Amino acid sequence: MKAFTRFRGTAAPLTDQDKLMANVDTDMIIPKQFLKTTERDGLSEGLFYELKTLPDGSRNLDFVLNKPQYAEAGVLIAGDNFGCGSSREHAPWALLDQGVTCIVAPSFADIFFNNCSKNGILAVVLPADICDQLAAQAGGSNSVFEVDLEQQLIIAPDGSQHHFDIDAGSKEKISTGMDDIAMSLKDSAAIETFENKRKLAAPWLEWGQ
Amino acid sequence: MAGQTLYDKIWNDHLVSTDAATGDSLVYIDLHLIHEVTTPQAFSGLRAESRAVRRPDLTLAVADHNTPTEGQQLGLAGVRDEAARNQLTALTKNVAEFGIEFFPMGDPRNGIVHVVGPEQGRTQPGMTIVCGDSHTSTHGAFGALAHGIGTSEVEHVLATQTLRTRKMKNMAVNVNGQLRDGVTAKDLALHLIALTGTAGGNGCVIEYRGEAISALSMEARMTLCNLAIEGGARAGLIAPDETTFAYMRGRPSAPKAGAWELAERYWRTLYSDSDAVWDVVIDVNAADIEPTVTWGTSPEQAIAISANVPDPSEIEDLNKRAAIERALDYMGLEPGQAISGTPVQRVFIGSCTNSRIEDLRSAAAIAAGGKVAEGVRAMVVPGSGLVRAQAEAEGLDEVFIKAGFEWRQPGCSMCLGMNPDILAPGERCASTSNRNFEGRQGRGGRTHLMSPALAARAALSGMIG
Repeated sequence: MKAFTRFRGTAAPLTDQDKLMANVDTDMIIPKQFLKTTERDGLSEGLFYELKTLPDGSRNLDFVLNKPQYAEAGVLIAGDNFGCGSSREHAPWALLDQGVTCIVAPSFADIFFNNCSKNGILAVVLPADICDQLAAQAGGSNSVFEVDLEQQLIIAPDGSQHHFDIDAGSKEKISTGMDDIAMSLKDSAAIETFENKRKLAAPWLEWGQ
Repeated sequence: MAGQTLYDKIWNDHLVSTDAATGDSLVYIDLHLIHEVTTPQAFSGLRAESRAVRRPDLTLAVADHNTPTEGQQLGLAGVRDEAARNQLTALTKNVAEFGIEFFPMGDPRNGIVHVVGPEQGRTQPGMTIVCGDSHTSTHGAFGALAHGIGTSEVEHVLATQTLRTRKMKNMAVNVNGQLRDGVTAKDLALHLIALTGTAGGNGCVIEYRGEAISALSMEARMTLCNLAIEGGARAGLIAPDETTFAYMRGRPSAPKAGAWELAERYWRTLYSDSDAVWDVVIDVNAADIEPTVTWGTSPEQAIAISANVPDPSEIEDLNKRAAIERALDYMGLEPGQAISGTPVQRVFIGSCTNSRIEDLRSAAAIAAGGKVAEGVRAMVVPGSGLVRAQAEAEGLDEVFIKAGFEWRQPGCSMCLGMNPDILAPGERCASTSNRNFEGRQGRGGRTHLMSPALAARAALSGMIG
């Protein structure tokens, strides 16, 4: 997993009628037809597919990521409950493939939030009014945002600083890009002890035997 | 010491270790269900690191998301979509290489993963169950801690048989009194999501409690817990009771005589203590709930079938107003119009929410002797090969076919439209599935979620209501 420590660049607001969209679901982030891959790469093609294309397949020039000033955006600003719905990890994979490594929203859906942390995407929770303020400043190429994980700060183009909370464990994992599995395998002895105990306490769960 | 909730008890019984530095816990997983769509990258990850599957014997694979609902007897060669066929082929190779039990397409035991687990008796009270699918919450109906995970976590569970996770909050949803006649678990679930919102359960495990819950059948409990994720909760739980034990007895993987008594003794300890501490409590009066349908593009946009859709001009919160305007526009509905009487072109009876035998019986009872309205295409997709066989033994297939429904082979089908079963742009569908998101059942498709009985009624009348 690639580590995330800091980012300096542009941000894209995900809005509809100038309001940050709430309940953006993972079907919207990447529709079903892009889930048939056996790879993790190349998924940006499907990212927000039904928002970024018109029904005839041509580009929807009104969609934020299709506007040249947002094409390089590394931060996405969204409304409440971002990433709800399906558990598909293709959603964070597609965002990463697009170059988005940080998402700011008032709240995230549980599974999506976990999936981000496993892929080095920093999901930042900030109050709705702050998200609105940030979105208003996300003017494209000349509006530079800074995200500093070490300091737990987002610095907006107007210089305002916004502190965000993140638990120490997630911070450590995202900033070092640690492999969860390698870490858990170090606990193999504890897992084995648990399995032996389980075999005695709940023998009916050993189907194979 | 304060009492424990059912969730606390299952959590404590599966805790392997807690890492003081990160705050993460390793929780042992009793059953890992896998399918073709969210596993190929996990198996590639194992291979790249030369890691084995720790407990193939606690892992069960099915093919369900991509599979066509006709021509399954032709095997993989009959899957016309090349990408889907590749993914199904990859699963077949992966389970063979890592020694995992697999019910392939066409096997009578094959079907939707959340129908198969309970049907086989694999799903048992007090277990921890995960699957790379958000509707894994379904298994909570048995008092098992069950939830969806991402593909990185699938890989982690394959390698370690544990999940690295954190404890969630305890939320009690008390459904007091009795549901009225004709009001189903689907109506209850949609009513609850409309009440608490799609994010209402974020960070929580919900336990459904109360008289109305105890009265539900296992199929109904599965429908309710299936939709816990649509209310934002990680999992839904219902304490096991006589109804649970009666459903499980005699199923292929249920404990055999001797072991059963031991298991049952444990299962009977699985309830929330009377002095358990809850972080959130919601009380609902069951008698207030009417048959409920969704009008919009989020499961929380649900109303009683007798009600009108909202009028955004009456909504003060500008963000909510914008969301309602967008949903009405997408759904092709007028502000404030009655939902009843809205014409439909498609009907889908199926999905991990509502494709079990009881669901098919309830739809068939409406369909019996009727005719699908002109201009409506209606499909019934049983949840598994065994549900299909049971329905055929009861003659339900004939009822549906005679009424003009298509009688299909099992799978996820039009719930998510990964296979050829999808809506055309603008088509409106009465659907027993779980998500009415924009484009969920096909780009531009308009989905109204409802119970199997209401969906069957919509098929015959050609309209919601």
